Amino acid sequence: MFEDLSLKLDKALKKITGQGKLTEKNISDTLREIRRVLLDADVNYKVAKEFIENVSQKALGKEVIASISPGQLITKIIYDELIELLGSSTSDLKINAQGATSYLIVGLQGSGKTTFCGKLAKRLTESGSKVLLVAADVYRPAAVEQLKTLGGQISVEVFALEEKNARKTVEDSLSFAREKSFNTIIIDTAGRLHVDETMMDEVADIKKFVNPSETLFVVDAMTGQDAVNSAKIFNERVNYDGIVLTKLDGDARGGAALSIRQVVGKPIKFISNGEKLDALDKFYPDRLASRILGKGDVISLVEKAQSTFDEKESGKLEERFRMNQFDFEDFLKQIKAIKKMGSLSSLLGMIPGLGNQLKNATIDDRALIKVEAIINSMTIDERQSPKVLNGNRRKRIARGSGTSIQDVNRLIKQFNEMKLMMSRLSKGGLGKSLGNFKFN
Amino acid sequence: MSLFDNINFKKLKDGLSKTRTKIVNSISETLNGKAVVDDKTLDEIEEILITSDIGFDTTAKIITQARIRLHNEKNRITTTIIDTVKKELISVLEVENISHQFEIGKYKPFVILVVGVNGVGKTTTIGKLAHNFQIAGLKVLVGAADTFRAAAGEQLGIWAKRANVEIIQKEHGSDPSSVAYDTVVEAKKNNFDIVLIDTAGRLHNKSNLMEELKKIKNVMAKIVPYAPNETLLVLDATTGQNAILQADEFSKVTEISGLVVTKLDGTAKGGVVFQIINKQKIPIRYIGVGEKIDDLQNFQPKLFVDAIFDNT
Repeated sequence: MFEDLSLKLDKALKKITGQGKLTEKNISDTLREIRRVLLDADVNYKVAKEFIENVSQKALGKEVIASISPGQLITKIIYDELIELLGSSTSDLKINAQGATSYLIVGLQGSGKTTFCGKLAKRLTESGSKVLLVAADVYRPAAVEQLKTLGGQISVEVFALEEKNARKTVEDSLSFAREKSFNTIIIDTAGRLHVDETMMDEVADIKKFVNPSETLFVVDAMTGQDAVNSAKIFNERVNYDGIVLTKLDGDARGGAALSIRQVVGKPIKFISNGEKLDALDKFYPDRLASRILGKGDVISLVEKAQSTFDEKESGKLEERFRMNQFDFEDFLKQIKAIKKMGSLSSLLGMIPGLGNQLKNATIDDRALIKVEAIINSMTIDERQSPKVLNGNRRKRIARGSGTSIQDVNRLIKQFNEMKLMMSRLSKGGLGKSLGNFKFN
Repeated sequence: MSLFDNINFKKLKDGLSKTRTKIVNSISETLNGKAVVDDKTLDEIEEILITSDIGFDTTAKIITQARIRLHNEKNRITTTIIDTVKKELISVLEVENISHQFEIGKYKPFVILVVGVNGVGKTTTIGKLAHNFQIAGLKVLVGAADTFRAAAGEQLGIWAKRANVEIIQKEHGSDPSSVAYDTVVEAKKNNFDIVLIDTAGRLHNKSNLMEELKKIKNVMAKIVPYAPNETLLVLDATTGQNAILQADEFSKVTEISGLVVTKLDGTAKGGVVFQIINKQKIPIRYIGVGEKIDDLQNFQPKLFVDAIFDNT
């Protein structure tokens, strides 16, 4: 499936490679593909539409830099925008410095509230809080027992009443917590549908009574288009402070999180990714953005490429290619830049389309080290005008770099071939120049 | 066999009309008063279908089909296009719904295995199924093979009590396949008609848990070689496109003979089933429309699609 996606994107991106500016025409295929990607990831229809419109506006007229293609540039804009929407920084849980801190946990049936309560209790107990779990789900059969079992596993006390009354359970739990000096209270509520007026009244009433430090809305990462409806109504009724995204250990892409962020604007505070009680993580927007877009390989390539090459540098380089002035100094710079981006084999694997072609080819990253060593053993003069490299100089370089004279000869030959080819290309990205250079 | 004909379908309509008011309104807003179906209208229909979780590709397919059908229609007005889209949707559900009926009575015990990811409503569904079989006069035994989740056994125990059926349970953490085994043995020994096996929720990408499911199936077949007669995959109507992967992966380890779609009393449309049925050819057996014991209904394609577009 991911292969598929990468191929489709690749196809859309290809159409706009080698064009100087982003225009409505040359990004429309990419945008359509991205829209499909978002919808397949369960991003809400309207949210996806709005998102694409925003991206399109931001992208139009942007200059395309030489080191990346227009398709990659638009993908990067999309990625950045996604991160921005998902929340550009992580958001911590509020803990009162004085007095007790209370958390109210709400959500639909089966979203994972009770398990999350157990995880949160464990987390806070370990950081030194005295935690009381409150079993306010009086409806689902054995929900109270479930919380008690979880509490038992982590040695956290669970408050529950015989009487099946959620409001009273919560009331009594607060005085119990005061008496026994618990400083942290986690209230587990029953799962409820947002259209169930009676049940929504109940939770709104509990919220009003407790006035918790934080109310957290728990959402299953597998949720589809309807996420916006439930998130919106819950927000209207209990005005929650943050979102918990559960079951991320599955393979759902989690687009619902984007929809919810967009519709209610509340931060995602935790992600839950397993049934064990320590499977609770902070939320990282960039990881989810990659997940929503697919495998994130295109993205990481763009990211790395951009942080490594700044526009001016690549402009200069391009100019030198054109003027046929490209020398070993430039070559060394390029190699260093590549090294910053990671291993060559992983780098090539990240390029859509190319990854498939290279599936069976092995690329020895040590070849780069050798090349670098050879260039390092050259004098500045030799690097800038390779023509002076006669037999004696080559011998010296081989000795100095710990390579053989054949290695040095081969490099110089390939360098000359590449230079010739480069001068023919008026424009060419990194991929092209590397694609024709054989490392061995 | 029409086992659950006692079901009151008004409840589905009630549940769905609460659900569908929005969709119906938007269809009416879209189409009423327009004489000819233009691209904008089709776009709006696309929105309605996609927001029902029907999915990008299936929506495109249905709209294309509708366009082709409409092409030959002289009268391209509101009702025509609603009918055309409806026909397309029903045909997806119906074509694939010519499946074998429950063959209860032919096999004794008739063994039903219930599987699904976490939180979709497996245990609740089993409680409702047990109740329906019980009031149909059948002798029902449930097996609590979710020995993993905290208090899952207790939860099923309460449902068994409500449904007035018997249950086989073991302590928390025991081997789930041994529970399934014991349940089938007991059912055979004491002449039960129906066996319902509850399993732990498992995410379909966890291979060890999926292997466990195979084992449950295998040990039951040791007692009654034909078991399970039915394997029901429970899907949450709230779930989006991931349900397709769920159906794919569960099918790989155990042949899924039917789907149960739960939580249709909310605002989620459960439209992802169109893709699953189209691809996997698995019929929907039942739908869940609430938390009460009688909130389980037979699935009827026409009714389901009608309810989506019902304007009353």
